[in-house]
Amino acid sequence: MCTACEDLVDPKQVKLEEIITKYKHENGPLLPVLQHAQEVYGYLPAEVLKHISKALRIPLARIYGVATFYAQFRLVPSGRNVINVCLGTACHVRSGAKILETIEKALKIKDGATTQDRRFTLEVVACIGACGLAPVISINNEVHGRLLPESITEILAKYE
Amino acid sequence: MLITITIDGCEVSVPKGTSILEACRMHDIQIPTLCYDPELTSDGACRLCVVQIEGNHNLPPACRTTVWQGMVVQTQSPKVRAARKTILELLVANHPLDCMTCQKMGNCFLAEYAYDYGVTGEIYQGEKRKLPIDDGNPFILRDPNKCILCGKCIKACSQIQGKSILDYSFRGFNMQVSPAFNLPYNESDCDFCGSCVSVCPVGALTEKHMVGKGRPWEIKKVQTTCPFCGTGCNFDLNVKDGKVIGVTSNPDAPVNGKALCVKGRFGTDMIHSPNRLTTPLIKKDGVFVPAEWDEALDLVATKFQEIKNNYGADAIAALSSARCTNEDNFVMQKFMRAVVGTNNIDHCART
Amino acid sequence: MAENQRILVCAGTGCASSGAHKLIDALKLELNKQGLEETVSIVGTGCQGFCEKGPTVVIEPQQVLYCSVKPEDIAEIVAQDIMKGERVERLLLLDQVTQKPLSTMSEVPFFAQQHRIVLKNCGVIDPQKIEEYIARDGYAALKKVLKEMSPAETLEEVRKSGLRGRGGAGFPTGKKWAAILPTPSDKKYIICNGDEGDPGAFMDRSVLEGDPHSVIEGMLIGAYAMGVDEGYVYCRAEYPLAIKNLEIAIRQAEEAGFLGNNILNSGLNFKLNVFAGAGAFVCGEGSALMASIEGRRGMPRMRPPRSTVSGLFGKPTVINNVETWSNVPHILLNGADWYTQYGTDNSRGTKIFALTGKVNNTGLVEVPMGTTLREIIFDIGGGIQNGKAFKAVQIGGPSGGCIPEEMLDIRVDYDTLTKAGAMVGSGGLVVMDETTCMVDIARFFLDFTQKESCGKCTPCREGTKRMYEILDRIVKGEGKLEDIDILENLSYTIIETSLCGLGNSAPNPILATLKYFRHEFEAHILEHKCPAHSCSALLSYTIDAEKCKGCGLCAKNCPVSCITGEKKKPYVVNEDDCIKCGTCVDKCKFDAVVQA
Repeated sequence: MCTACEDLVDPKQVKLEEIITKYKHENGPLLPVLQHAQEVYGYLPAEVLKHISKALRIPLARIYGVATFYAQFRLVPSGRNVINVCLGTACHVRSGAKILETIEKALKIKDGATTQDRRFTLEVVACIGACGLAPVISINNEVHGRLLPESITEILAKYE
Repeated sequence: MLITITIDGCEVSVPKGTSILEACRMHDIQIPTLCYDPELTSDGACRLCVVQIEGNHNLPPACRTTVWQGMVVQTQSPKVRAARKTILELLVANHPLDCMTCQKMGNCFLAEYAYDYGVTGEIYQGEKRKLPIDDGNPFILRDPNKCILCGKCIKACSQIQGKSILDYSFRGFNMQVSPAFNLPYNESDCDFCGSCVSVCPVGALTEKHMVGKGRPWEIKKVQTTCPFCGTGCNFDLNVKDGKVIGVTSNPDAPVNGKALCVKGRFGTDMIHSPNRLTTPLIKKDGVFVPAEWDEALDLVATKFQEIKNNYGADAIAALSSARCTNEDNFVMQKFMRAVVGTNNIDHCART
Repeated sequence: MAENQRILVCAGTGCASSGAHKLIDALKLELNKQGLEETVSIVGTGCQGFCEKGPTVVIEPQQVLYCSVKPEDIAEIVAQDIMKGERVERLLLLDQVTQKPLSTMSEVPFFAQQHRIVLKNCGVIDPQKIEEYIARDGYAALKKVLKEMSPAETLEEVRKSGLRGRGGAGFPTGKKWAAILPTPSDKKYIICNGDEGDPGAFMDRSVLEGDPHSVIEGMLIGAYAMGVDEGYVYCRAEYPLAIKNLEIAIRQAEEAGFLGNNILNSGLNFKLNVFAGAGAFVCGEGSALMASIEGRRGMPRMRPPRSTVSGLFGKPTVINNVETWSNVPHILLNGADWYTQYGTDNSRGTKIFALTGKVNNTGLVEVPMGTTLREIIFDIGGGIQNGKAFKAVQIGGPSGGCIPEEMLDIRVDYDTLTKAGAMVGSGGLVVMDETTCMVDIARFFLDFTQKESCGKCTPCREGTKRMYEILDRIVKGEGKLEDIDILENLSYTIIETSLCGLGNSAPNPILATLKYFRHEFEAHILEHKCPAHSCSALLSYTIDAEKCKGCGLCAKNCPVSCITGEKKKPYVVNEDDCIKCGTCVDKCKFDAVVQA
């Protein structure tokens, strides 16, 4: 980094360095570093992956392979609110697919996409373990259970 | 220590620790495989080498199953052949069928096995990969749609070349092999050593400059030593109609195995280059003019003689290169000492 | 007012999403208002198990169970129950037959017929307080083992108990532990597999959330028996509360001297790490899980070598799942002989099942091995929702199978279920009624497996995708009769040739549904009909103009606004936009919506 700009240090960059320093000498540092980097940046920008590759001395292709293997990691920024529609067995049996379809039609996006106004990102997940309340969705980790298709509009309205 | 096992009814003895696949190869028993390479670690990923072992319900892969005393193996039973056929059908169902124009035709293991097992590619209709072809560099043509995800190129890149440019990305049906971020080769840190090409069993990775230049059965392979440096790598010149159209690895090369560098593997276009010097040139009135060898050598000899006569032999020195072969370097010092009469010799690798 | 009154509010993930935290806030306010904050304690517990009726509140010591409690009910509970000792009847559960209110947990069949060993503390203690765990015999087993038993005796006790792995295949735990001993190594690891990926199972999550110390204690005993000084708990990232409670528990255990160096002056050292998974079902497979901790793609590797010889970071490693570890302290505290009185000959102890789907009482159920499916689903689960007919129960997640009604009386243990074409697996029980289409269920599981396949070996990567595509065509009425043969052939090849357990068992849902429900496949293919009226491509909704009174209720409730019309004139369904959710059928008071 250019020394003249030292006072312009990116706080996210500082946090990333802290994360790397913390895990660098642990066994198997890659997943925790990626998880925490994603917490800092909201997603995993290419530049961050390149930096992690150099700092941890792990080939970039391997890091990209790991980042695309696990469902948790995103390589593009998400919307302001992330909707996880559970389609685990219990939710499937209790018509979770109809909930998904209703949300897809309401937001005019498909699984994995983000609305143009960046208000919502829609993701299908396999099970969030709230099977007793099926069908469920979670928005920003807040679980909504015992859903009916007609209750979706009201729930979505709560998130800006 | 030798272990005795029965393969397809024949008793054979192999060293302890041998895999079934190696045992079969030692005894010329053919087992199909797409992901096994003796130069690389083995993952047992393609599952084509499955065999039947007495007392075992499932069909384990021969490449990753070590023999034990008294093991009874069937490599061609109907159950084994049916399973292999299904696996091949699955691979072919997700593979382009442009074999007629594919550069790999005649050298493609998938095509060979598909033929052997009577695979039609019609049973499983459904989605096929549609990925962009990587055509951005002059050396390697990468068609990810033909990739069968055996992973040998990944291992060649990390275990032979030590670069790890390639790895798997995504998972399941969407899995791919590519450089990071699915960038084309020329935007990655690739050295273009082509080790990946040398191990690819299908047409996913091919030598770009050989495309359209010749079929395997038209090509004569001539084993030779690479002229680019002194390492002494061996490879096969691929010769068609008296012309070198490219280079392929020779797995039996004593120094390098399948490994080569970008120059050795892809630099042979200089053989037939129109820019190549074919006669010596002598500068006359400030311009290089083609000359005969005798004329050129006479000129050099005269000039050396002149210098030696006027200033003594020690006025002449020679510097040679580590890129020359040992024989070249030997001849250089012999010439300087015995003919010129000086010990003024040096070498770029002297420390 | 009774002595030692405690109000237990279920704050597990299920009840938390139904508003449990608002209840706790309201309770605090109300107790302060009444000046009872000193005499009555409020405990936010882990999952009490009765998710269907959540949030649930239990008043101790009388064990009164209040169901579906709302913040506005709190004042009444405090005034009537806490202060006067009288029940708030409208919040009690009603007996299904007599419709009489059931005032205590022991009267509620859902709880009365369970036998809780692993779940003993779940829903009873505050999982964030180690002293509550200790007060209920917590760490007593560890103390006993360290003081009175040698490592070999400890291992022998586990072996004698007949405990088998609760995560899937049911490998004998004692045998697994013994396998790590012969390999000499400077370092060995134990791992707790909390990557509970089976959709429809949430017992591991509940144990980690509600009783994390039991897992830690189990691992400590294992560490002592096997001579291991470091362990990992691998927990799904989707379970933030479980990770949080576990981290708190580890910190408290370290402070109390149960973790760290020279534990309880015994010379035992043990370090426990928490590792958050990153979302991949296949990481439930041991070698994939270890690859994940090592920072690689979670792709299983071929055995041999077994992980007890070369596992995590190449060191000998024993991996057991959450429920298995959680059983260990109980076995050591009470003895193997005590433990073997529960269960059947080859399947000792209890098993937790996650009862979900079209059943009245969804939730967590712990019963002795060998209990029949009928007892679980009908006696404890209260039968099928809305008076519909039972069709099947899916056991064992994506590796399991569907069991039909005629087999409801089989006993649930490892061997019986495997024989029936299902498996205990992690213990998800998803109940299906007459409106569930079995072809659709098979498609659902194959969709799941093909998305979660790691992609390493050909049969699983390519085969599960093709099976899903074939099932998808059948569900849409585009199947051919030969598809059934193709499915069966492909299933056997995938089972016989796949690299790991995920692939080896991926076709089970197809084979089991074909075995018991082949007629449903044939109906889709030959008649283009879904007997369960569930497959939307084979369904259509129209409005009978003669019956429609034009009330507009259907249009008002349609979630995608595909019903249009004028008041008092017949309405019309626009079939292109219809998502076939059936809301209009339920809402119409005149039976005018025709489902065909």
